[in-house]
Amino acid sequence: MSARGLVRALRDPDVVTALDAGGWNGLIAMARAERLVGTLALRIGDRRVPDAVRQILDDARLDAEREARQALWEADRATEALAGIDVPVLLLKGTAYAAAGLRAGQGRFIGDLDILVPREAMEQVEHALLRAGWEWVKDDPYDDAYYRQWMHELPPMIHAGRDRMIDVHHSILPLTARQAPDMAAMIADAVPIAKGLYMLSPEDRICHAAAHLLADGDLAGGLRNLWDIVCLLDGIDPSALEARAARHGLAAHVGQARRLAAALYGEGARLSFWDRIVAARLLARDGWGRERRKPLRFAFSVRSHWLRMPPGLLARHLFTKWRKGHRPV
Amino acid sequence: MNHALSLRIGPATFRIGSTWRRPVEALVALYADYPAPVDGVADFTVRLEPAGPFRRWLRPSIFITGDHGLADAAPMSLAHGLLAAEMGMNLQMALGWRRHLLLHASSVEKDGRALVMTGESGSGKSTLAAQLGERGWRLMGDEFALLDLDTGAVFPFPRLVSLKNRAIDVLAAETPQRRMGPLLAGTAKGDIRHLVPNRDAIGRMGEGAKPALLLFPRFGHAADVRAVGQGEVFMRLTQASTNYVALGEPGFAALTRFVADVPARAIDFPSGDEAVALVERLWKECG
Repeated sequence: MSARGLVRALRDPDVVTALDAGGWNGLIAMARAERLVGTLALRIGDRRVPDAVRQILDDARLDAEREARQALWEADRATEALAGIDVPVLLLKGTAYAAAGLRAGQGRFIGDLDILVPREAMEQVEHALLRAGWEWVKDDPYDDAYYRQWMHELPPMIHAGRDRMIDVHHSILPLTARQAPDMAAMIADAVPIAKGLYMLSPEDRICHAAAHLLADGDLAGGLRNLWDIVCLLDGIDPSALEARAARHGLAAHVGQARRLAAALYGEGARLSFWDRIVAARLLARDGWGRERRKPLRFAFSVRSHWLRMPPGLLARHLFTKWRKGHRPV
Repeated sequence: MNHALSLRIGPATFRIGSTWRRPVEALVALYADYPAPVDGVADFTVRLEPAGPFRRWLRPSIFITGDHGLADAAPMSLAHGLLAAEMGMNLQMALGWRRHLLLHASSVEKDGRALVMTGESGSGKSTLAAQLGERGWRLMGDEFALLDLDTGAVFPFPRLVSLKNRAIDVLAAETPQRRMGPLLAGTAKGDIRHLVPNRDAIGRMGEGAKPALLLFPRFGHAADVRAVGQGEVFMRLTQASTNYVALGEPGFAALTRFVADVPARAIDFPSGDEAVALVERLWKECG
């Protein structure tokens, strides 16, 4: 069993009415492992399901509501903390979707608070957050220097009282990545959600989600990120999206994201050989919620490092981490 | 997975999968009288997997995970597979249960009213509940008491009782051998032996009771009884609950009601027999 059953249930929730007990156990375990169980619960809605399943889905829905409430409170706290320095707060990902009431936010698991600010405001933002009770998570000077020199975000911070993390971004991709998105344009074209709160434009939301899924990281949580893209594509003008993606150097990634979205969650699409490999990695999960295809997963993990930095820098980084006792598996 | 078992404990159902046969065999033997999940659908999946690429055969060690897991959980020896399965189920409850306010507490019932006992590991709450369960009370659980969010009733979670070190001999002396599990020597918490709750406890696992008394037991001190203020009770119970924050307002309302309605005492005792006598006396007083 691969995660195809989960993908099918999200695409066409009517299929769940035919599931037996084993099918339900597998679907729920996969949905939890991929952090899609809240989304699944909302997709299934009021369809007829066994009583035991109904209770599980109700729990998932309540958890998602709490997630959204907590995420919005965290955004509110960050806005308050930054009110004095006149930097607009641009919400990214889950918190933005929840704050704006987008379909992508419905039932979505929301982890950390991700915000985007202009690079020149990073220092001010950092000090304002430290004053308001956030503190550093990592105490390793190498990690700290690494984030500041090469990454697109500050080292992660956590709020001492509320125990919630914030990631402060100045770009959507590491500085060492091959693509260099036009961040000035992204920030200039941001759209307001509420007073003092902004999010990316509809096209830029997709560019960000596609970059996050395919140009950065090892595709962990990829089915959730791809579901975001499916929802964000609603009502988008394809030619406007293509132009915007090209401007950020992300045309290939946005194109692939659209093909994968259509193939897995939509009406189907013609997939290239490379698309199929990515799809196989996305679906590498079994009915016990276990990760499958270990070699493929490992290859994508290696690739994620490769994408993030040029070979010489990567070698130096991995050697430093290895000396500090970090092992990849 | 290669070996699997589904079972129901109180209101919660589990599907336990294991790479190895032995942990599941041990579970099947000890949980023989427990019912299977209604509809065959489990609330939680628990997995006992090899802790590393070669750890299935070579010095086999278990990584406990499932729907909910802790990335930095310490691996366990295959010899302690039964304990690993128990810990896996506890982990799912602690991190994932939302239908009651979960209190890290033991509980017993008599005449439709429940006695709840909470305290750190080693306080004696487990042993005391097990002893009362053999002496005319109904054992509701030694690990979690489930507080109903609407009615305020306490519901049972009568999993196997986990007896540690000196408590093993105390209970083995008054329990039939067939209800005692194998000795797991040298675990992280010392020697452990599981006790299967009696027929009454398992048969009535769906039956709740109105909480009538809350105790904070402390083993190993001269006998003493102290009053505990409501503010302190509230704070200690928020710490004893793993889902208080996750439940939000309903959790707050349920806990507030519990604290306001249920009298609380801290009790010290030097031995199990004295503890039982003390509990019986306090129970009559609050009657």
